[in-house]
Amino acid sequence: MGGAVFKKKNIPLFAMISPVTAWLIVLIAIPLVYILAISFCSTNADHNIAFHFTLKNYIRLFDPTILGIYSNSLIVSILSTAFCILLAYPFAYVLAKTTPFKKTLMMIFLMLPFWTNSLIRLYSWRTLLGKNGYINEFLVYIGLIDAPLEMMFTRGAVILGMVYTLLPFMVLPIHTAIDKLDTSLIEASKDLGANFWQTFKNVILPLTAPGIFAGSIMVFIPSLGFFFVSDLMGGGNNQIIGNLISRQFKESYNWPFGATLSIMLIVLTIVCVRLYTKSGGKLDELGNI
Amino acid sequence: MRNHLLKKSTRQKFLSRAFCALIFIFLYAPIAVVILFSFNVSRRNILFEGFTFSWYKEMFSNGPLLESFANTLIVAASSTSLAVVIGVLAAVAMFRYKFKGKGFIDAMLYVPVVIPEIVLGISLLASFAIASIPLGRITLIIAHTTFSIPFVVFTVRARLAGYDKSVEEAAMDLGANRLQVLTGITIPIILPGIIAGAVLAFTLSIDDFIISFFTTGSKSITFPLKIMESVRSGIRPDAYALSSIIMLVTFIVVVVSQLIAYRTSKKEKL
Repeated sequence: MGGAVFKKKNIPLFAMISPVTAWLIVLIAIPLVYILAISFCSTNADHNIAFHFTLKNYIRLFDPTILGIYSNSLIVSILSTAFCILLAYPFAYVLAKTTPFKKTLMMIFLMLPFWTNSLIRLYSWRTLLGKNGYINEFLVYIGLIDAPLEMMFTRGAVILGMVYTLLPFMVLPIHTAIDKLDTSLIEASKDLGANFWQTFKNVILPLTAPGIFAGSIMVFIPSLGFFFVSDLMGGGNNQIIGNLISRQFKESYNWPFGATLSIMLIVLTIVCVRLYTKSGGKLDELGNI
Repeated sequence: MRNHLLKKSTRQKFLSRAFCALIFIFLYAPIAVVILFSFNVSRRNILFEGFTFSWYKEMFSNGPLLESFANTLIVAASSTSLAVVIGVLAAVAMFRYKFKGKGFIDAMLYVPVVIPEIVLGISLLASFAIASIPLGRITLIIAHTTFSIPFVVFTVRARLAGYDKSVEEAAMDLGANRLQVLTGITIPIILPGIIAGAVLAFTLSIDDFIISFFTTGSKSITFPLKIMESVRSGIRPDAYALSSIIMLVTFIVVVVSQLIAYRTSKKEKL
């Protein structure tokens, strides 16, 4: 393309691209730089930000209470991701192998709950899991347990809430990966005498690993921040990193420390996404588009 | 031998069906509770004590609940419209032109998609604080637009990927100006992408809790925030009733539109 053509196009280009550029700079880039900056600041007596350099907030990350919340949060997120993989993989496999009509139908019903408020869907788990809830009643009735179990407001309930909220985000990338799978490779493996498990372990699983990786990022990263899940399902006893951040901004008004905690989340996100793109993953998969 | 194989495949079929059924039970059990308990006589959502329609009437006299829902719709409609305008312009420009800073915009668009929502929420809160903009409906709309723009850009860009530029050139040769090309050719072609992006942005906005939690004031509460607020005293069945109505409406819209999309895609293939 010649220079003259480019110049002629400059005016419409500028008109089309400046709104998005301005928006991204003013509402994403600058705020993130500001968050990074105040993570090195402290607060004064009125909870205002005191702009002088300190590493205090980063040192506070090693405080035993903070470390405790971090470890609880990581356990919740790792287990939630693992359960999502176990549930999503077989489901995505069936989804990829079924007829187009059934596939469309299953996709609709997978995404449909998303159109209902997620807080209300989480809240209604109380009716099912509560001490007088239907699941306890059923388990006592069939004689599996003698007395109702304490299921709500436990770490298990928080994990269940995370899996419940994030499962579709694991299904979609795995489904895409299985869908792209070259079936002739599976047939070749079968022809060479491999049984289903051997084929699965040596052919299908390695080829669909990028999908599992993408799904894992889309479950693991949000689950560190979903404080409403731990509020609704854990009842305040099972704090995750998101609760800690939210408290700094809404209750204790320690924005610099909240900023530090957020920077740690960003660093973790960047590390995960880097590992993913380095291993050949595409960013678009993470956006589910 | 053949019989053995056949047996195995029916067993596999049964297992895969049972597994999928369990997944759907898991996904829909809480929704069933919401619908069932919207008809419950008791205001406590513990046991079903009797059938009534009264919550569906009561709902209309619950001012704060309806107000929060109306606000949610206003915010979703405004932020989606803004995001569509900004996002479509950006997607078309990025598809059509090579320019300095394209890589930067592209990278920045992935930021709101990939970083945890809470980080976006607090950084928006911080930026409103620096600019001393009071938190309310305006900041809420700005915040929702911010996380919606990338989704619009991505869905429109996906649609543009298979777009033949020569159609535009032909129109220009025939004397159409840029605006006529944009409104007469480009937009109709990318319309499915725009609709998909808008639907995505709208639903994300309606369901958003985390970002709204940080970017609105007490005067501009949304439906999810209202739900969270009433958790402590217990959610009343009228909120379930409203949710059930929303669900019914979206269920019909989604199923019908998806089935139409399925049929047209099938026709296109033929």
